[in-house]
Amino acid sequence: MLKDITIGQYFPGTSIVHKLDPRVKIIIVALFIASLFFVTNFIPYIFIVAFIGGVISIAKLPVKFIIKGLKPLMFIILITFAINLFMTKGEVLVELGPLVITKEGLRQSVFMALRLVFLITGTSLLTLTTSPIALTDGIERLLSPFSRIGLPSHELAMMMTIALRFIPTLLEETDKIMKAQMARGADFESGNILSRAKNLVPLLVPLFINAFRRADELATAMEARCYRGGDGRTRLNELKFVGRDYAVLTGMTIFFAAIISTRYIW
Amino acid sequence: MIIELKDVDYIYNPGTPFEKKALDKINLQVEEGEFIGLIGHTGSGKSTLVQHLNGLMKPTKGSIIIDGEDLSSKDTKMKSVRQKVGLVFQYPEHQLFEETIYKDIAFGPKNLGLSDEEVDKRVRDAMELVGLEFEELKERSPFELSGGQKRRVAIAGVIAMKPKVLILDEPTAGLDPKGRDDILDEIRKIYDKENITIILVSHSMEDIARLVNRIFVMHKGKVALDGPTREVFSKTDELEEMGLGVPQITKFMKAFKGRGNKVKDDVLTIEEAKEEILNYLRSKKDA
Repeated sequence: MLKDITIGQYFPGTSIVHKLDPRVKIIIVALFIASLFFVTNFIPYIFIVAFIGGVISIAKLPVKFIIKGLKPLMFIILITFAINLFMTKGEVLVELGPLVITKEGLRQSVFMALRLVFLITGTSLLTLTTSPIALTDGIERLLSPFSRIGLPSHELAMMMTIALRFIPTLLEETDKIMKAQMARGADFESGNILSRAKNLVPLLVPLFINAFRRADELATAMEARCYRGGDGRTRLNELKFVGRDYAVLTGMTIFFAAIISTRYIW
Repeated sequence: MIIELKDVDYIYNPGTPFEKKALDKINLQVEEGEFIGLIGHTGSGKSTLVQHLNGLMKPTKGSIIIDGEDLSSKDTKMKSVRQKVGLVFQYPEHQLFEETIYKDIAFGPKNLGLSDEEVDKRVRDAMELVGLEFEELKERSPFELSGGQKRRVAIAGVIAMKPKVLILDEPTAGLDPKGRDDILDEIRKIYDKENITIILVSHSMEDIARLVNRIFVMHKGKVALDGPTREVFSKTDELEEMGLGVPQITKFMKAFKGRGNKVKDDVLTIEEAKEEILNYLRSKKDA
């Protein structure tokens, strides 16, 4: 069950998508998200799909893997779909007792569900093709201009690195503790919501204790290696824009600007 | 026969680039009352194997029969299987969660739906078996204890379920030499007193040599060797090829014999070696 969560996972590769400067990828994803919200029509979705498909094929990502990443969010997508389907007013198509499906509702629900699917796949393309370290490096560099006005960009990036680093560890640990308690007859799968919540105590208490212990150990280990925050810290691999970064950034900016402009043209 | 595995396969992440065959056609039979050592290199499939024995993991292929019950059958109640096969994970002290030691040990028996008196009796018995003072410790928090003591509480939590088979996954990992010896002595005591089947997973050949009477060696998802302790440890070369070894003293005796001394080289413990060398020296003197 827990192994199905692929959000934030990195899929190693050597494609041009993998090699792009993380800052370029972050900016593209930001543009991608923005343009998704500007689109009001189905036709620009063709380009969005082409973009996602293009990145997937260039980066040689397995499609199965991406579909698997959608599964845990299927519930949210379905709820969005259902609410839009039944709650939009307009020309009535079908009436099922109190539930009314309208033409506008049908259009709206498909549109919103697709928007969510694109949002999830598009953003997961970033994490799938960018290692967590490169990702936080990129965020740190993008935020660094704001450090003049007091934004602790290095600290934020470090916190993100650590959080990302510990997601798999904590998932593994959850799995282990769950099994250990199941070996002692604990039941996490049946009962009503109240007893289920109560049954989580044997899982959550050790999980929190271990998480705090790990945090403490990590802090000690960082201090032992003289970590003292971002001031005056240099790095081994400086990020540097090369020709392809400029080219991709320019191309993509034009592409998404065009998609955004469709809102005003149609 | 208490445990029987027939052609058991297990594959992690089938159909993805991360696919990995962790168990490959495992066939095993364990009789009641055996004390088995399970050894193997890291990643050889030991932990995967032991989790199959109480139904925490389901085989991709093959069948597992525990005390006459087929684990893949729908009629088999997992709760009864987990009562029969008690599994103590690595670093079991990381699963403690209750406010008091008593409550933590009672967690398993309570899940079995036993009466309060029976639970109380089992907690007392379990604490005694692992060498914890009942009156002194029952109301204390398990988190105040030392590492070795915490581990005892966790082991007691499994023993209190009165399993027919007790599986311990590296019960001495991370303990100091004294803590190790104590835990191993207690495991021996549990074996002698309770008359149960024990499977001990360990990286220490010395511990294995001292305690068990049969060894399974796992290598790359397969059972590479299966036999009585002495027989398995006589295959030094094969074991070393798998990145494992034999007890230091067995190695020493082999080398000693290799220098032309007429001694037996299938000894397992220092006591045995001492006896053998003394006998040898005496016979030499007499000659």
